[in-house]
Amino acid sequence: MPEAAIQVLDVVKKYGSRVVLDQIRLDVFKGETLVILGGSGSGKSTLLRLMIGNVKPDGGDIVSLGKSIARMNAPELAAYRKNIGVLFQSGALFNSMSVADNVALPLREHTDLPEETIDIMVKIKLELVGLREHAEKMPSELSGGMKKRAGLARAIALDPQILFYDEPSAGLDPVTSAEIDQLIIDLNQKLGVTSVVVTHEMDSAFRIAHRMVLLDRGKFIVSGTPDEMKNSQDALVRQFVYGLTEGPLTARRRGHEYVDDLLGGPG
Amino acid sequence: MNQALNLFRPIRAIIEFLGGLTFLLLDTAVTIPGALLSKRGRRLGWQNLWSQMDRVGVKSVPIVALVLFCIGAILALQMAPILRDYGKIDSVADVISVAIFRELGPLVSAIVLTGFAGASIAAEMGTMVVSEEIEALEAHAINPIRFLVVPRVLATTIMMVCIAIIGDTAGIIGGLSVGQWFLGINHQQYVTHTFDILKLKDFVTGLVKAGVFGALISGQACYLGLSVTGGAQGVGSATTRTVVYTIVALITVDLIFTSAFYFLGL
Ligand SMILES: Nc1ncnc2c1ncn2[C@@H]1O[C@H](COP(=O)(O)OP(=O)(O)O)[C@@H](O)[C@H]1O
Ligand SMILES: [Mg+2]
Repeated sequence: MPEAAIQVLDVVKKYGSRVVLDQIRLDVFKGETLVILGGSGSGKSTLLRLMIGNVKPDGGDIVSLGKSIARMNAPELAAYRKNIGVLFQSGALFNSMSVADNVALPLREHTDLPEETIDIMVKIKLELVGLREHAEKMPSELSGGMKKRAGLARAIALDPQILFYDEPSAGLDPVTSAEIDQLIIDLNQKLGVTSVVVTHEMDSAFRIAHRMVLLDRGKFIVSGTPDEMKNSQDALVRQFVYGLTEGPLTARRRGHEYVDDLLGGPG
Repeated sequence: MNQALNLFRPIRAIIEFLGGLTFLLLDTAVTIPGALLSKRGRRLGWQNLWSQMDRVGVKSVPIVALVLFCIGAILALQMAPILRDYGKIDSVADVISVAIFRELGPLVSAIVLTGFAGASIAAEMGTMVVSEEIEALEAHAINPIRFLVVPRVLATTIMMVCIAIIGDTAGIIGGLSVGQWFLGINHQQYVTHTFDILKLKDFVTGLVKAGVFGALISGQACYLGLSVTGGAQGVGSATTRTVVYTIVALITVDLIFTSAFYFLGL
């Protein structure tokens, strides 16, 4: 049994009376790339926010790098966050700073390194994501793919042990998306980081995943290797993986469950 | 029962708002030393403060000066006929200096700054919420209060005091110009009158108010900006609310301070 980097233990998250995540239980193993799949609104981003400590669970717990996130106090949470990196859906670059300053920010805030050393480290990180020539540009001058690369360079600034990606290929053309996927694979192999990737793009998921997890409306459905997912006999998994127009996901929209979905009823 | 509930809801909303704002300002106050003096904070803290002071203050100076110059001139023209009837046209300088230094200088500067700094801070913070920048700061273990709110609140407070001084001066010059050109008051006489009537406490109470106004403008802008939900539309409505709420808050706080000064004999 490989060692777990993150254990999600029966996590429940509610917004108001609405259950967004219902008793989710899963492990992320050290060094692997785990892809969390699910339709939009299925709770993927919420699960990611729970794992980085931006949102607190209403039930259950998350043990990451050996510590319970729910029980961390502010300094412990800060220490934990220095060991993780997050690439947000939009890149989330600080728009008032150049690309280089964005990448330098975590180093300036959390280390005592002199500026010359930080300069070199920023260049190394930007080289890793292929943006070294664009260091002095402002975020508004970058394309969507470049923004994600820059966000990734910032995420790895402090050499994290775990990297989280929220929809890394959203809004990108297929070629750029494939390039970002390659980058995710490279970082996983070169730096040995554990990666957790949230996505609903199957091509991208199958390129990068060691293991996959499928969520549906806040519930855990299955986990397995890419091959196991492809060969699954479960109708819901098949529909999601193969993008079929007939299946439980579309039937739901026609049947009474659609009404439940709309009204936020049982489910 | 239903009516009681309807009445209760806005009251609850107001209490929540005031509570949230107070909490943010207290949080900001306790974070200031860390943001500017601690080893890590010093690195970017002063630089951030400086760039915010530049952004908040510099552009509003000409507008504040223009507006208060006009207000000084208007006051002089409004006051002149009555004072002339009493044969005390020279007292125009007295009335204007007290009105400007104690009241209009700080208040009008604050209202101009609400439009300049308050609206832009709220829009900026709201945009940062929408583009996940605030979440990204948290994920990097960087406290948004320390990194974003402290420099803005401090910068606005400091600049508000500076701008009020500039505004006060412009208001006096406005009155003086009208006096010189239209009312036949010699400018040297005008200046002498102004300095005779003004006491240190007039100057200080005005500037204390200005500082409080500055903290209020930026505190509210940060609070409403950081509470944005619902995308670009949320940013727009937060900006509008910032301007409206802040003007109401400024007048209310002004009344409270002025009453306090009155009863304390200041
Ligand atoms: N801060 C929030 N307040 C209320 N509801 C939320 C909030 N964040 C997410 N939700 C709801 O939780 C559900 C799951 O959202 P999310 O995790 O973003 O899904 P996904 O990333 O899979 O598209 C959605 O229905 C969304 O409306
Ligand atoms: Mg999402």
